[in-house]
Amino acid sequence: MSLTLLNVIVAVVIAIAFAAANAAYLVWAERRGAARIQRRPGPNINGPFGLLQPPLDGIKLMTKQLMIPGGADKILFMVAPVLAMAPAIMSFVTIPFSEGIAAHNMEIGVLMIFAFASMGAMAILFAGWGSRNKYSVMASVRAVSQNVSYEIPMLITAITVVMVNGSMDLKAISTAQAGGFWHWNIFPSLQSPLMPISFIIFFICSLAETNRAPFDLGEAESELVAGFHTEYGSMGFGLFFMGEYANIVIGASLTTILFLGGWDCPFGMFPGVWWFLLKIYILIATFIWIRWTFPRTTIYGLLNLSWKILIPISLFNLLLTAGLLKVF
Amino acid sequence: MSAPIQLRPDETFILNVGPQHPATHGVLRVKMQMDGEYIVKSETVLGYIHRMHEKMGENRTYAQYLPNLSRLDYLGALGYTHGHVLAIERAAGIEVPERAEYIRAITVELNRVASHLFWFGAFVMDLGGFSPLMYAIQDREHILDMLEAVTGARLTYCYYRFGGLYNDVDDDFTEAAKRFIPRMRKSLKKYDALVTGNIIFQKRLEGIAPVSAEMCRKYGATGPVARGSGINFDVRKNEPYSVYPEFDFDIPVYHECDSMARYKVRMDEMEQSLRIIEQGLEKLPGGPIMAEKKPKNIKLPVGDFYQAVETARGSFGIRIVSDGDKNAYRLKLRSPTYSNMHLFDEACEGMLIMDALAFMGTLDLVIPEMDR
Repeated sequence: MSLTLLNVIVAVVIAIAFAAANAAYLVWAERRGAARIQRRPGPNINGPFGLLQPPLDGIKLMTKQLMIPGGADKILFMVAPVLAMAPAIMSFVTIPFSEGIAAHNMEIGVLMIFAFASMGAMAILFAGWGSRNKYSVMASVRAVSQNVSYEIPMLITAITVVMVNGSMDLKAISTAQAGGFWHWNIFPSLQSPLMPISFIIFFICSLAETNRAPFDLGEAESELVAGFHTEYGSMGFGLFFMGEYANIVIGASLTTILFLGGWDCPFGMFPGVWWFLLKIYILIATFIWIRWTFPRTTIYGLLNLSWKILIPISLFNLLLTAGLLKVF
Repeated sequence: MSAPIQLRPDETFILNVGPQHPATHGVLRVKMQMDGEYIVKSETVLGYIHRMHEKMGENRTYAQYLPNLSRLDYLGALGYTHGHVLAIERAAGIEVPERAEYIRAITVELNRVASHLFWFGAFVMDLGGFSPLMYAIQDREHILDMLEAVTGARLTYCYYRFGGLYNDVDDDFTEAAKRFIPRMRKSLKKYDALVTGNIIFQKRLEGIAPVSAEMCRKYGATGPVARGSGINFDVRKNEPYSVYPEFDFDIPVYHECDSMARYKVRMDEMEQSLRIIEQGLEKLPGGPIMAEKKPKNIKLPVGDFYQAVETARGSFGIRIVSDGDKNAYRLKLRSPTYSNMHLFDEACEGMLIMDALAFMGTLDLVIPEMDR
């Protein structure tokens, strides 16, 4: 019993450390990447290539005073940043990084990650409502309607993959795709000929789920000042910021596991955790690239995209896959 | 403090956009009555950066007032000083050498391109795309370097004098300007590919924020805002001044009346300005840059004088009422964004806030120029 408890504690500590390290250094990577796209140097003063920038930023944020606005709802205001970060860290627990590296493998891994991911919308709602700031309330209402409408196509697409692989266990889904890139779910198979489209839908949805540009309507700094975290300073803001990057890692990991074969090597050689990391970082680089290229969509454009295009296509895909699975 | 707030479902709320808000690009305040994300009514509040430039014009001599004009619009300052010197020269009957007028036209057009470039970057940033701003600023940097070399300033130029110029241009300037034109044309193609062709960008502008020609006339809107609504009016063509009649250039006019039309007008204007600069450099005559016969202390004859010029933002007019003294009896500035801005209140009614702020971006507001 005590051994299991120890295991759980070690797993959680590793998950937190991995999430925090990733969040901190993805901020650095994003800033350097944006700088490359915009032909400027980016952070390059502190340490080699500016690598000391994230810890220094962290120290700066932690030493600042946490201000709670007079009219704010104190409890919601304090709970929201924690709620943004905690589910993201919890999601790391079920993700299998390779055959042997997984904090705790669950038979319902897909379901658990989606359950935790949907808590992120609550954090934004609490932050916006608790701040009692008109901009924040507008931003949180936007973000929640966005998250709700993008979870639906994302879930339907995930169900399609689960049906093809016959399991909700993330490890089993990865193992089922082993043996070279043509076994990966992204490529069309007899049972699910529309898989590449599913992948694109899933990718767009994970962009929208993490509130990233071009779907960053919850922040929309040119309209709503800073969106739902307008009133946050200090580590309250820091946790939102880290939560966003942790969610990006979760989104990329989930995409990798569901569509890109997890830790499988494209050429059937040396499968292992390095392939998994390579794939998620390529996906994250794409996230960054998209953010610094596209302008923001409108809220109605965003909702129309989900309800009129993504949901019908993913539903059709689900029905087609179900029918084909019955036939073959 | 946190007493429960009672709201009826049909209740509206007041949203204070500004005076410090990222979208207003300065200290403009817009009081918006909102119904959710829809604007019911909006009211522009000016005056946060009022500096009494008109009154200063009445207290100072005409030459002392010259630097004030470049403090109106910090992005396209040369156009405003151009208007002032033209008004004084016409009233006092000072003959300006041809070379000076050519150099004025070239520098004003360079300044116009710089202003439009900055607008382009800031506008796309309003829509959430950051990278084009950096590209635009880099191109603008070349212009600022050129202008700094001849005028001595980077933003608030005081380059023109009554009867000529402060400084002649050298070969370095003409060479740099000649090198700049093809580079800028390449950049414009790149912007078209990166921004104009972007599907999200088009969706956010096409058919959004229609401003009819009638509304433009009602509020006295000029410049790219009016030309995006199908009004073919440009002071350089309609009331020619300086050496503009000698150049071959077009006035881009779009009839769609939407945000995209205003965007396209400005993008096309950059190309037309490049054409003017190209021809100006080709035709640039030799000779003096300063009028020979020019009174030391300028006194205008008794009368009422008006001069309009086309600046980057629209038609800028300066009206001087003189009682024969060495400073003006009354000086009135007609600044284009002041008129353009007042469209906003009527046009944004019933619009979503994000479309309204994108529409505000297409008006190309420079707040110090509006408030004076």
